[in-house]
Amino acid sequence: MSGTHEHSVAFVRTTEIPQQPAPSNAAGPIKWMRDNLFATWPNALLTVASIYVIFLVLSSTMPWILGGIWDAPSLTACREILQGESAACFAVLSDRWHQLLFGFKYPSEYYWRPTLALFLMFFALAPVLFFDLPRKLLIFTALFPFIAYWLIWGGTIWIPIFAMVGFIAGYFVYARFVAQNFALGFFGGVAGAAIVWYISSFVVAAIAPETPLLGAVPSRDLGGFMLNLMLGLTCVSLSIPLGIALALGRQSSMPLIKWICVIFIEFIRGVPLITLLFVASVMLAYFFPPDATVDLFLRVVIMITIFSAAYIAEVIRGGLAALPKGQYEAANSLGLDYAQAMRLIILPQALKISIPGIVNIAVGLFKDTTLVSVISMFDMVGMIRGPILASTDWNGVYWELFGFAALLFFVVCYGISQYSQWLERRLATDHR
Amino acid sequence: MSTISDPPKGSFRLSMLLNDTRYRSMTLQVIAAIALALALAYLYSNLAANLRAFGLNISFAFLGNAAGYDINQTLIDYTSQSTNLRAAFVGIINTLLVAFLACVTATVLGVIAGVLRLSNNWLVRKLMSFYVEIFRNIPVLIWIIIIFTIMTVTLPGPNEFRGDNATSSMLFDLFAFTNRGVYIPGPYFTRGFGGGEGSALNWLMVLALLAGSFFGARFVTARASRIQEATGVRPGTLLPNLTIWFLPLIAFALVFGLHWDIPELKGFNFSGGIKIGAPLIALWLALSVYTGAFIAENVRAGIQAVSKGQTEAAAALGIRQGRIMSLVILPQALRVIIPPLISQYLNITKNSSLAILVGYADITATLGGITLNQTGRAIECVLLLMAFYLIISLTISAVMNVYNKSMKLKER
Repeated sequence: MSGTHEHSVAFVRTTEIPQQPAPSNAAGPIKWMRDNLFATWPNALLTVASIYVIFLVLSSTMPWILGGIWDAPSLTACREILQGESAACFAVLSDRWHQLLFGFKYPSEYYWRPTLALFLMFFALAPVLFFDLPRKLLIFTALFPFIAYWLIWGGTIWIPIFAMVGFIAGYFVYARFVAQNFALGFFGGVAGAAIVWYISSFVVAAIAPETPLLGAVPSRDLGGFMLNLMLGLTCVSLSIPLGIALALGRQSSMPLIKWICVIFIEFIRGVPLITLLFVASVMLAYFFPPDATVDLFLRVVIMITIFSAAYIAEVIRGGLAALPKGQYEAANSLGLDYAQAMRLIILPQALKISIPGIVNIAVGLFKDTTLVSVISMFDMVGMIRGPILASTDWNGVYWELFGFAALLFFVVCYGISQYSQWLERRLATDHR
Repeated sequence: MSTISDPPKGSFRLSMLLNDTRYRSMTLQVIAAIALALALAYLYSNLAANLRAFGLNISFAFLGNAAGYDINQTLIDYTSQSTNLRAAFVGIINTLLVAFLACVTATVLGVIAGVLRLSNNWLVRKLMSFYVEIFRNIPVLIWIIIIFTIMTVTLPGPNEFRGDNATSSMLFDLFAFTNRGVYIPGPYFTRGFGGGEGSALNWLMVLALLAGSFFGARFVTARASRIQEATGVRPGTLLPNLTIWFLPLIAFALVFGLHWDIPELKGFNFSGGIKIGAPLIALWLALSVYTGAFIAENVRAGIQAVSKGQTEAAAALGIRQGRIMSLVILPQALRVIIPPLISQYLNITKNSSLAILVGYADITATLGGITLNQTGRAIECVLLLMAFYLIISLTISAVMNVYNKSMKLKER
């Protein structure tokens, strides 16, 4: 071809032109910016306004944070170092971190115990949160509450051991009778555990050593972020079974049981948590036997648990209602009784639907544990507002302390909500 | 084929109470009733024994006694000589006030943030999700304290407004932002009905006028729609609406002499105008931004719940971009948004009980705080407190149920 036209045309391209990159305004970051930041005039204005807002926030906070002082004994010393410059005084965190995390009365030589319990908590929670892990790890999860109790409160090891023995005895009774009748197994198990605990209370009193391996810490000495975590974890785990029971009760065909559950749930959901905490701090004591002294921590745990149980019950009721009616009918037609149908067919599916809702409740509950500072328990917020801001050294350090508290809560809550989103994707079995 | 028949008569055995489904539910309910009664009796006997031991009784007579404490932010007349009951009423009104204010601003914030989270603009989208995540994941209690601290620590004291070279000045000479609160001009009437001073009657009249204007405006709109359906041409409604809303008010203000009481620095503090205390503002703002983040998520979910085909169908009909939102998307999204929105309002009302932390005199702080501590009537106060919140909650959920029924998709 090229030979014939050799003299008739001035130039013939014999090779293919290499592919050119797209024009710079139709590809790459410029195109992206045109599409996503400056698509229309109002959009561009919004972008500029946003950049200005970000600039304002960063320019006012970044120097303050970066110029922060980490090492000073008091606020006055900190201000001397700064010499009138405006910057953070994070020294309060390095000075008082132990109070923020553990409260001001927890013995400092025991700090390793709650820390260890926290690490063990991750191992205990892992098999619950991630289904792919080997199921045998759940054994450690079952042991964890007793270990954590012993680590945090200390005292004689026999109390958690006998508590565990009670649960094991209860389980054996349950396993023995559940084949005959679920109710018989369940209540038999409860009775078995109760008998073991009753007997062991005398045994423990007899064999408890004078000086236990781990020094005892009374629960009024607990405080700081540890208290928030403990309240959150304990109350959520206790309120899930209670919430399931309430949700099933609300769906029950027995009018009496149904109405008890409805009234309980609506009552608890209708009042703010703070009034329930008032009940715990000033009113609940009147309802215990006159000679009993139930400490504030336990009273608060009771009230927060029933509070979150009512909310979890509503979430699970939603899950139960979302199941197709055919599931109930299929269970019935297989000849399963109520307990079997619930355990084997209904609850596994209903709980799966409710998991995101339950996680939301858990996040809300964890945030709400800060409310205990109102009834003068020294959780994280209580520590800041009380002992730390009231001390002569650190009176006036607001932003560093509240920023730290906000950061800790944000990390935990954001983490949980990200987990919940991951779980939702993971559990989604429908095709989209 | 045999059918299930009645068991032979006289063969009733005790075990059938548990094993026969006809009797079992009755048995279980009787057991539950007995257990409940026993539990209640146990709690009651404990209560009675404890009360006897402390020499207490249950009595609501303390509500009639003088409260003996001052409340700095009241909407109704109150002195320290007023009764505890009146203090509780002040608290109730304050609770409703802050809840109402926070509901309004949280809705505005939430709708804006929720719509902007779906914006085409990447930066705005990220900024809004940052806002939502930050505020959703940090306890509202911390937000209340932080905003209260901002109010009391960073705003200038009233004395900084004084003198020739004052470090702070009032905004437009009308508003004063101080660490004790914000002072804004307060309207008042110089003439009342029958020639006397202006009174509460004037404000009732203003409310009545506003209600009248509301119905008048609705009439104008309905009439415009009627004409539009009959003739195809919609008459302008802007001018009649403006007239109906503003003319009566302006006339009323002129006749009865509306004046503005502008806050002034007198001595050590501002006087005149309306004072919005720092605790109220802190609580209001914190509840608004916190709940606004939740509402933003509800709004976003609601808008996303409307299928994309609706947008495309509306566009195919040639409806403009802004109108697609207001005529097609939002009406359908509202069905999804309103129920969670109402429960957010409930949350605001319940969370307003945290006022006790910053010293705002809501019902929890008056009845559940100072009155409880001064009289020692813990059981009575806490019960009344719970009853109040319960009534509010049940009222709102009743309203919500009615609304849900009316909004339910009517199929066939």
